[in-house]
Amino acid sequence: MRYSAWTVFRQGLGGQRGWKPAWRSPDPKPDYEVIIIGGGGHGLATAYYLAKTYGIRRVAVLEKGWIGGGNSGRNTTAIRSNYYYRASARMYEHSLKLYEGLSKELNYNVMFSQRGMISLAHSPHDVELAHRQAGAMRLNGVDADFLSPGEIARRVPILDMSPEARFPVFGGLLQKRAGTARHDAVVWGYARAADALGVDIIQNCEVTGFRRGADGAVIGVETSRGPIAATRIGVAVAGHSSRLAEMAGFRLPITSYALQAFVSEPLKPVLDTVILSPATGVYMSQSDKGGLVIGGGLDLYPSYAQRGNMPVIRNVLGAVAAQYPSLGRVRLLRQWAGIVDVVPDSSPIIGASPVPGLFLDCGWGTGGFKAIPVGGTMLAHQLATLTPHELAEPFSLERFTTGALIDEAAGSGIAH
Amino acid sequence: MLQISCPWCGPRDEIEFRCGGQSHVIRPGPPEEVDDATWGRYLSEKINPRGDHLERWLHAAGCRRWFNVARDTATHRIRAVYHMVEAAPAIGDEGSAR
Repeated sequence: MRYSAWTVFRQGLGGQRGWKPAWRSPDPKPDYEVIIIGGGGHGLATAYYLAKTYGIRRVAVLEKGWIGGGNSGRNTTAIRSNYYYRASARMYEHSLKLYEGLSKELNYNVMFSQRGMISLAHSPHDVELAHRQAGAMRLNGVDADFLSPGEIARRVPILDMSPEARFPVFGGLLQKRAGTARHDAVVWGYARAADALGVDIIQNCEVTGFRRGADGAVIGVETSRGPIAATRIGVAVAGHSSRLAEMAGFRLPITSYALQAFVSEPLKPVLDTVILSPATGVYMSQSDKGGLVIGGGLDLYPSYAQRGNMPVIRNVLGAVAAQYPSLGRVRLLRQWAGIVDVVPDSSPIIGASPVPGLFLDCGWGTGGFKAIPVGGTMLAHQLATLTPHELAEPFSLERFTTGALIDEAAGSGIAH
Repeated sequence: MLQISCPWCGPRDEIEFRCGGQSHVIRPGPPEEVDDATWGRYLSEKINPRGDHLERWLHAAGCRRWFNVARDTATHRIRAVYHMVEAAPAIGDEGSAR
């Protein structure tokens, strides 16, 4: 069923009784051409591009729980491409451009809102770094503007701009084309579009092991719903990548941490952009429902518990109260955490694993949501052609042997 | 909130500590005989288990000494605290080694 204003109108006349489920829930077949482990945004996007771009439709997406129930449902929905190095900028900019056309491409409103993102500068040194970042971004063909304190005060009136502010504001870096999207819609849109092309989305199906041929290559997976055969397997499981790697007999340069997020009670519109304070690591936007969506730093010890601890909550919310005094009495609706896969250089790992037939899309750390379209594009290319996508070449696992790291942790000043 | 028992200072809140990551990582050597792959694995690879994890902690806002902790990464339960020079404790299903 194609979604359109006319469909909505016609369904309204029919009492809304004609809507069909947006995707099937098939039982797993004994074998597929490609299996993708992980039914989040990256896995579903991979399945979609495999079917659409490469015509490979005998594809299964295996999801342990329900689709979009992991980090795809736990992120803070920011989409941006304000990276420092060319390799990163090219990749994230490609993702941003795919997001710009995604609602039309999927015939599903992902509510991509290019409301801009401001990274604050809290000292003269921050100002210099912001100019350097803006210069690097422009050289890489990404839009970037430096905002004066006056422009920031006009744009974000709730921000404490007073001279005695705990975190004084000296300026900011703006990427106008950055923004937010509806996280569930991205997952559901890719799921529906992939399903329409013949992809089997199999939920409540946990992978418990790999089947290996005599030459060591993968020939299938063991799952909670029985064995499934395939000679090409993609892994897109974010914070649980190390566990899948362990099942396959290798290790990754990944540490899993809990990243917390918060959403407030709905408010009247007070913030029409995404705003990040590198000094506190706190970033915030306001959802279309009015809730302030707040993220902060990691709980800095390895964790697979999808919840965070109080010290980080206090740091994040204390920073919000200090920087936005008018929000001090706003109540929170929810607090949660996702398990993020952090790599030493804060750049993803895309492509071949040490096991033949097994391919990786992991290491996105705290920023996987914005990369869903490009992550799917790159992993689909790898699975279809068995060669790395042009954008993915610098992001191979090999870089930890060669030393050709892409250190965005230092480059673009990612807090974690 | 984790409560971590520093071997020197006793139980304190997690905010006094820094986690230094996986413990018992053996540096390969001698250097001239270590190939790039081995060195790369030494520098970057992590066990990163879901479950019992042996890790180093620093009592940063206390005695500033390092020690080892055996902690479950899924439940945050601390199974053992032991000195840097000690071997990893045998962890049973119940109880702690210290």
